[in-house]
Amino acid sequence: MTLSEIRGKKGPGHPEGSARRAGERPHPGPRLYVTIGVILALGEASEVAMFYAGLPQWPTVAVLVALMVVNFFMVVLWFMHLLFDNRFLSSLFVGGLVLTGALFVVVLATLGAGLF
Amino acid sequence: MEHAPAAERALETGTGIDNRKLLMWLFLASECLFFGSLIAAYLVYRGDHEVPCRAGDLAACVFPTDRTVNGVEYEGLFDIPFTSVSAFVLLMSSVSMVLSLAAIQRGDQRGFRVWLMTTALLGIVFVGGQAFEFTEFHEKGLSLGTNLFGTTFFVTTGFHGAHVTVGVLILLSLLVMSFRGRLGQAQSLHVELAGLYWHFVDVVFVVIFSLIYLLQP
Repeated sequence: MTLSEIRGKKGPGHPEGSARRAGERPHPGPRLYVTIGVILALGEASEVAMFYAGLPQWPTVAVLVALMVVNFFMVVLWFMHLLFDNRFLSSLFVGGLVLTGALFVVVLATLGAGLF
Repeated sequence: MEHAPAAERALETGTGIDNRKLLMWLFLASECLFFGSLIAAYLVYRGDHEVPCRAGDLAACVFPTDRTVNGVEYEGLFDIPFTSVSAFVLLMSSVSMVLSLAAIQRGDQRGFRVWLMTTALLGIVFVGGQAFEFTEFHEKGLSLGTNLFGTTFFVTTGFHGAHVTVGVLILLSLLVMSFRGRLGQAQSLHVELAGLYWHFVDVVFVVIFSLIYLLQP
């Protein structure tokens, strides 16, 4: 008996676990993927439009960063299935993102004076 | 009692997550730091392109976007419409990648091959576009050693392009495996892992496109 069976999880050896591993939910279908693709394309088009809109700098920066974050997480959550997979994988990736964010803050705070 | 095949039993883990998938996510988390460092370095040093202009060396002025310095207008290096198309191509390759995974998971080999081939082709188009862009920049006077702007720009986008190239090679390998009959519904995890890598490369360009190309000081 494996550890996952002892914990009552459906691992790969489990009849149902062969198709769907522990902590996973069913992945969405092609229709949703195409819809997300259209939303991503619109998001990118909006970013380019913001670049040419000639708005003041800070609103432009705020909207560009917001659109970037939305596009980033749409791909990660739906296309990379982080929304449907085991939560431990989310923790791993979010850990990497948090460390990257900390790195950004430290580098820009120490070396990036007057950056924007 | 029904037993799982030996190959599957060997992959049972305490967490219930396949070790290969766990390792891929760990690798992608480390890649966040890798690209994060490169992008942060670019943001810090991108202003270095103004140094030769301030020193009066007008011939060495190379700006990312259109700029007027001391009454002189300079045409910017970045071709935003061109890079927007490249970003769109890579974004759409993510859609075709996830559709190829969905196809193999439901046992549709033909659909899988069509979508995977589309993804690889879109990747090749992106890499070709980047090679064209790099050539253009070089002709306009920006190289790896021109200034820190050139160094950080080429290193960051070059490493990303190298990742896309590796991704294309992985996709083509999967395609060969599929045509040889060695990649079926039961081996869909290979496609899932390749897909994770490919989508990550895509989201990195989402960040590069916004922070390097669109966000100007």
